[in-house]
Amino acid sequence: MTAEKILTRNFERADSHTLTAYLETGGYTAWQKAQTLPPAAITEEVKQSNLRGLGGAGFPTGTKWSFIPKNHTGPVYLVINADEGEPGTFKDRYLLERDPHALIEGMLIAARAIRSATGFVYVRGEYVEPYRRFSTAVSEAYDAGYLGKGFDVVVHRGAGAYICGEETGLISSLEGKKGWPKLKPPFPAIKGAFGAPTIVNNVETICHVPHIITRGAGWFASLGTKTQGGTRMYSVSGRVRRPGVYEASVAITLRRLIDELADGVTGNGRLKAVVPGGASAAILRADEIDVTMDVDGLRNAGTMAGSAGVIVMDETVSIPEALMVVARFYAHESCGQCTPCRESTGWIYKMVRRIVEGRGRKDDLDTILDVARRGAGTTICAFYDGAVGPYISYIEKFRGEFEALIDGAGARVVATPASRAATAHA
Amino acid sequence: MSGRDRTDGATRASSRPPTDHAGLEVPAPTVAFSAEQLGEVRRLQGLYPDRRAALLPVLHLAQETFGYISLEVERYVAGLFDLTPAHVHEVVTFYTMFFRAPKGRHVVAVCHNLSCHLAGAPAIVAHLQGRLGIHVGETTADGRVTLQSVECLCACEHAPMMQVDDRYEFGLTPEKVDRILEGLR
Ligand SMILES: Cc1cc2nc3c(=O)[nH]c(=O)nc-3n(C[C@H](O)[C@H](O)[C@H](O)COP(=O)(O)O)c2cc1C
Ligand code: SF4
Ligand code: FES
Repeated sequence: MTAEKILTRNFERADSHTLTAYLETGGYTAWQKAQTLPPAAITEEVKQSNLRGLGGAGFPTGTKWSFIPKNHTGPVYLVINADEGEPGTFKDRYLLERDPHALIEGMLIAARAIRSATGFVYVRGEYVEPYRRFSTAVSEAYDAGYLGKGFDVVVHRGAGAYICGEETGLISSLEGKKGWPKLKPPFPAIKGAFGAPTIVNNVETICHVPHIITRGAGWFASLGTKTQGGTRMYSVSGRVRRPGVYEASVAITLRRLIDELADGVTGNGRLKAVVPGGASAAILRADEIDVTMDVDGLRNAGTMAGSAGVIVMDETVSIPEALMVVARFYAHESCGQCTPCRESTGWIYKMVRRIVEGRGRKDDLDTILDVARRGAGTTICAFYDGAVGPYISYIEKFRGEFEALIDGAGARVVATPASRAATAHA
Repeated sequence: MSGRDRTDGATRASSRPPTDHAGLEVPAPTVAFSAEQLGEVRRLQGLYPDRRAALLPVLHLAQETFGYISLEVERYVAGLFDLTPAHVHEVVTFYTMFFRAPKGRHVVAVCHNLSCHLAGAPAIVAHLQGRLGIHVGETTADGRVTLQSVECLCACEHAPMMQVDDRYEFGLTPEKVDRILEGLR
């Protein structure tokens, strides 16, 4: 089930980013095939493959493409989300650096499906080397005649703002504005970049497309579960022996990912908790990791597949301290448009911080939970829901650890037997 | 070295009269791109269906050229786009990679998010502060290094890590940090 490498098959080659290497391993043959297919047939194939967006929301890709209005005659844009910023995620960096032509070929095919003549690739500002590698590949693709004949690619650099990863924030930023998300509807497929119908897809999502065209929807669907096809790239970090990027079926269990691919837990060797889908996913306890990593599997487990950034914590990790770090991130990155998000992220960070510093108050935990629950679902974009998931799950699942700090057990919990006991009956 | 020093001798290629977006007369900007850079500005503006979309790329160019984005640079860039200086200011202040005051010759941005935290980022931050004799957010007196602590740079498999100018530095230890700092002139 985990044996086949698709997206990462060329990663070991030192020259994997070059056009020569890409052509040697069958590159651009899917594009040749796609040119013989009607656009609607490409979309249908992607639908049948059960490919779901790998940027965070897990939306079915073919279905999204079919939302482009059929009778539309003006420009349609394809926008690639390479703003990778979800804490714990680093897969798109590998794809941009080690297989940039896979993204270009996927874009050519996707553009044909949605009848787009222009694609924008929005790369986070800090990714200077990935930006250079990808830009070089784009030049190669122009010289070789893949680009510039009905489809152009513009590579665009961001300037440091997590919220520009949210698709409508990304579009605002691409248009030269601050990255403020917009209320949906209208969805980008109806009114997106520069007011035109726009498909926003993640880098990894689009890199799958050439393989679906070459090997067929049935093959891709069979790699995964009933509702999600394929493999995906898991970014595994934190307290594991071998942190790194691993490609495996979306149906692999979290336990196998940690024990077999990342070679097990470090620290004191005993697992305490895992964040399975980037920082914005609710945390899982050690006894909750026999779940499959597909979108629906993790949703049923009360968390989310998100960007598949897996952050592992052993028993010596202080959960309140981890929440403080995550809460600081949300306080810093809120764009400030919506009152619940702007105010709560700041105040909750301050409260978690004072708890960690031993100055917590009796009712702090209930206040945080109350504020978090009230604000969920009330904001313009999903950023705040992404903050609420950690706030609630860290506190509900490890309440004893927080209470021990509030009751004056010390400034920091560092896996004292007392804190373990507190967690056990939490 | 301030950004303005570097503009000495640069061509004043703008043929625009010194008026603002509303047509009011304003003092001519004291910063300017070279003729070649203005060509690059026009090329960037031509890449998008709406030329204003080139604002971020042009601000990156402005920061490389002038060292940081002063109010004066904002006003100059606004003129290149027929945008209000207020719009440009709003954009500049929104993004973390634009500096609004002179920065050091090198920028050291150490990641403090979760995976790096779990791998000892607080000790790395403390070590950097001690070695440089400054706090996060400050620049050394000799203008050599600006120190920042930033959110996830998405290289968590190599935690703890930091960005030094354009480069990612992985698997930091105090010794490795010292070696990297010695290389910054
Ligand atoms: C706060 C926030 C941050 C996001 N960051 C990213 C990101 O860095 N990369 C990404 O591809 N999608 C990100 N997304 C998801 C995008 O909004 C969008 O769903 C995705 O790019 C669509 O592509 P996909 O369908 O191929 O996944 C983010 C969403 C939210 C709410
Ligand atoms: S939820 Fe937060 S990040 Fe999203 S638009 Fe509202 S304030 Fe901005
Ligand atoms: S947490 Fe530091 S690079 Fe991701």
